[in-house]
Amino acid sequence: MKITRSEVEHVARLARLELSDSELDTFTGQMDGILAYVEKLNALDTEGIVPTSHAVPMENAFRPDQPAESIGVEAALANAPLRAESFFRVPKVIE
Amino acid sequence: MEIIDLTIHELHEKLKAKEVSSVEATRAMLDRIEAVDGQVNAYITVTPEQALVEAEAADKRIAAGDIAPLTGIPVGLKDIFITKGIRTTCGSRILENFVPPYDGTAVAKLKEQGAVIVGKLNQDEFAMGSSNESSYFGPVKNPWNLECTPGGSSGGSAAAIAARTATATLGTDTGGSIRQPASHCSCVGLKPTYGRVSRYGVIAYASSLDQVGPLTRDVTDAAFLLGAVAGHDPKDSTSVNTPVPDYVAGLASGVKGLKIGLPKQYFIEGLDPDVKRAMDEAIALYKSLGAEMREVSLPHTEYAVATYYLIATAEASSNLARYDGVRFGHRAEDARGLKEMFAKTRAEGFGSEVKRRIMLGTYALSSGYYDAYYVKAQKVRTLIMQDFLNAFNEVDVLLTPIAPTPPFKIGEKLADPLQMYLSDIFTIPVNLAGTCGISIPAGFSAAGLPIGLQLIGKPFGEATILSTAYAFEKETQWHLKKAPL
Repeated sequence: MKITRSEVEHVARLARLELSDSELDTFTGQMDGILAYVEKLNALDTEGIVPTSHAVPMENAFRPDQPAESIGVEAALANAPLRAESFFRVPKVIE
Repeated sequence: MEIIDLTIHELHEKLKAKEVSSVEATRAMLDRIEAVDGQVNAYITVTPEQALVEAEAADKRIAAGDIAPLTGIPVGLKDIFITKGIRTTCGSRILENFVPPYDGTAVAKLKEQGAVIVGKLNQDEFAMGSSNESSYFGPVKNPWNLECTPGGSSGGSAAAIAARTATATLGTDTGGSIRQPASHCSCVGLKPTYGRVSRYGVIAYASSLDQVGPLTRDVTDAAFLLGAVAGHDPKDSTSVNTPVPDYVAGLASGVKGLKIGLPKQYFIEGLDPDVKRAMDEAIALYKSLGAEMREVSLPHTEYAVATYYLIATAEASSNLARYDGVRFGHRAEDARGLKEMFAKTRAEGFGSEVKRRIMLGTYALSSGYYDAYYVKAQKVRTLIMQDFLNAFNEVDVLLTPIAPTPPFKIGEKLADPLQMYLSDIFTIPVNLAGTCGISIPAGFSAAGLPIGLQLIGKPFGEATILSTAYAFEKETQWHLKKAPL
């Protein structure tokens, strides 16, 4: 076994995903199969190989620090599930 | 020929000659959508009122003598493109009612040319899938055979071309999501080099791999549409500031003396016999046109799928953290506290393929596994890129199949995600290497299902793969065949 059900539960918590019992069972089996498959990468010696995080070699892209137009408060809040004045409203944070 | 059958460049000539107006062309397309999209399900949202307003504006421009290649042309957009005032779902319940406050750069560029947007196209949820079955809005059917998938994730973008419900479409390609559906629906699909087209206003899946590109009826259209959207964008810091050539002007340059590489790892046992036959015929045709064929080796090909499913899922788990029910999108009701609201919102809003990939990516990035999985995959990515650089020292273009088989049946691969992932084996390496590839129609299976041919170019070698594709298209009739719908 590459991954156990309790590890899958832990990962779900990290990912802020509530999973049902049947999802936990299914994902445990499927993730186990996929992780067994990706093990094949270990057959390659990658000692001293530089990891690639990006397809195009690139340095920081700088631009002048000038104010530009923004979309504005009303447009930014237009899709809010819940708002109060000019804020996004959420359930209580302190539990 | 009917208006709905025309290419961009054919319709452009008719608009310019005032034989047809954009309003007529747009109405014809909207009528066609009304008539056949119930069977195909290529569209998530159709925008008839807005499209007709845009068509009228295009006709005014044309009357004033101001016509660009895309002015007045009815186009569809994968629902991953942010569109101001038009619902943008990305195929997900979590964005079911999301109406963006701005246009992305590719969309803005199409609008500047006066293109007419007829609607937003179905796709796998968050572009995660190879069959368009993971969409919250139901699977797309392949117009060549309604029991088959159109491929994915830009399944709607490809099916709309085959069903003739859009003159051209835009899609995105992270591991083959433009090229594979183009192959399965017998249209042309091009994935540009990473950085060629701005990703601003394109909903992110795997940011180091995602790229925008055209799906069209022929190679000339792909050249026009790529030219319209390509270029540096200050709003995307990964877009590259390299001049955009005139892709159309170079199309007829031919393949005489061109060195075409055949990667031996792509012509394997187990390749479907119909696909193998189509590749053999294409190779023979290129030889007869004066191209020089050479076997090359991409030795790390067999590691590409494993590498992809670690890197793409890791990036996805990070990108999709923003869907938490706070600022936009679905929010779960009756949660006790903020953390529970996050977890329930995401549980309700995401489908199973998205959840699976978030889980895998979170695991690959988690403490204790980061080096073993994520960094390891990034190192293998370096080896895969090096394979391509080495091959391109010997040849100008690579020729390969797009998919190991013709389109598969809806439901056929749903039970086993790994089998589904392996169907992308010939397209994924191009994204990992960051270079460009095109899929063009190359024949049909015995059962009458489309087969595509892939041409892979050097980084920023889009002009070369386009002219190589054009030479093939001129000698074949595959792209002219119409789906029986």
